[in-house]
Amino acid sequence: MEKILSDKKAIFLFVFPTLLVLTIFVAVPIIISGYYSLLDWDGLGKGTFIGIKNYTDLVKDERFINSLINSILYAALSLFIQLPFSLLLAILVSNVKRGEKFYSAAYFVPVIVSSVVIGYLWQKIYNGDYGLLNSALRSLGFEGRDWLGQENTALIAAFIPNLWQYVGYHMLIMHAGIKSISQDVIEAARIDGASPSMIATRITIPLLKPILEVCVTLSLIGALKIFDLIYVLTGGGPFYVTEVPTIFMYKHIFDAMHYGYGSAVSIFIILECLAFTFLLRIIFRRREEDR
Amino acid sequence: MKKTDITPGRVILHLFLAFYAIVQIFPLYWLFTFSLKDNNEIFGGNIVGLPKNWRFENYYNAFFQADVIKYSRNSVIVTLATILITIILAAASAYAIERMKWKASEGVMKFILLGMMVPIHAALLPLFIVLSRLHILNSFWALIIPYVAFGLPMAVYLFTSFLASIPRELEEAGAIDGCNIYQIFFIVIAPLIKPAIATVSIFTFISSWNELMFAVTFISKADYKTLTVGIMSMVGAYTTKWGDIGAGLMIATIPTIIIYLFLSRQVQKSLVAGAVKG
Repeated sequence: MEKILSDKKAIFLFVFPTLLVLTIFVAVPIIISGYYSLLDWDGLGKGTFIGIKNYTDLVKDERFINSLINSILYAALSLFIQLPFSLLLAILVSNVKRGEKFYSAAYFVPVIVSSVVIGYLWQKIYNGDYGLLNSALRSLGFEGRDWLGQENTALIAAFIPNLWQYVGYHMLIMHAGIKSISQDVIEAARIDGASPSMIATRITIPLLKPILEVCVTLSLIGALKIFDLIYVLTGGGPFYVTEVPTIFMYKHIFDAMHYGYGSAVSIFIILECLAFTFLLRIIFRRREEDR
Repeated sequence: MKKTDITPGRVILHLFLAFYAIVQIFPLYWLFTFSLKDNNEIFGGNIVGLPKNWRFENYYNAFFQADVIKYSRNSVIVTLATILITIILAAASAYAIERMKWKASEGVMKFILLGMMVPIHAALLPLFIVLSRLHILNSFWALIIPYVAFGLPMAVYLFTSFLASIPRELEEAGAIDGCNIYQIFFIVIAPLIKPAIATVSIFTFISSWNELMFAVTFISKADYKTLTVGIMSMVGAYTTKWGDIGAGLMIATIPTIIIYLFLSRQVQKSLVAGAVKG
């Protein structure tokens, strides 16, 4: 057995293809991106090396700062509205005896549907003339409006489908976490006379902390990378009000051919994600030590 | 255990949960209904009800006039190839890392897992350039290769943790019976890791079937467009016919919904397993 398991040729055959694919199509591109980000380059001919000028321009670019603020706003909505709501749903669903599976299955449906479909569907919901939302509002006597087309409502209208789509995802993760908490603890508390809300706040939520950390990390990193739905819904418009960093990057690279500048944005997104992941780890670890 | 009496609290709880289930499902129900209507009905006659006469010709139009049939075929080809290649590469690497004896195995695993940290956006432009130098932009490979590359880290992770949970006796018995390493992998291990293969397949299916950013960047020829991009160009061309657009959106969604109906627990587990990787 030992001899079979240290067959060098087999190990090479098993691992090398994976490493090759990852190196050529993931690792090397990131390094190339880093190099491009130091160039002034329109994709044609050779770029000129300009050091970190793209980055210094970037932090002064109001349109970029605006896109960054949008993604942070989305992260905040996700952290302070979507996650608490998912947690509420998870706790409530774990409290019902009948229909537990049905509810989790139903909440999860939008997660598996393509963002393109979700995007066009919500475009129809928001449509100024015939949309579902405006039809409903008009039948209640209110005025409809072009939700995605007007500057004051476009951003929030573009964020809502995103939040809506992934509620069931976080809810399911939390629900699985709740189910893994020992029923004995909860039963004991119940016998001692604890109310359902006390059980939720004093037992379930504290024991759920590792899962909540996963959800916080996922939603924060997801928010920084948000792309698909915004791309389909508004493409960043009107007048850049719904732009997020990934859309900003995409437009600079593929519409304006600013290869260098766009690459600087992509490197910025990687660093931002790494920084936040790292920061969250430190915050969560410190909290644990305080106990 | 508590008795399950019908109390006002329970009724309210169920009403709330059922209401929210409707919030999550209703937009998709609405899509289903308008995919079978004409504009007169959608725009006022009958906004949310079931269609008065079921216009299946919307589906016929989407399928044959708007090329959705071609996009579907392309999506199937790309998705199946991605799943197949991902499973073979990931399972083999996971086996070598988890079971076989070599010095660099830990380092290699770390390198592979690092791939999970990389946002696909960051590789978009260099990949675009690499694929165009290889002359495979506008081919199925332009999607299959990146999908495999970015799916591998998670797949390797899922396979290694699954392998770690199964006992080694069967492999040892196989070795005693005179199997070589390839026979052990393909005859002994492959059937044992079926649950992990299912998880990885579902995970890979959902992500590559629905992927947009690579598809929109690397494919511009209609012959190779997958459903997500195809639908985008279809919506551009058919702006006024909501019914046909709805039918196109439904066709893109039906395969995932069918899989979900039959395997809902399994699909939920696969997608969550991908998230809670620690």
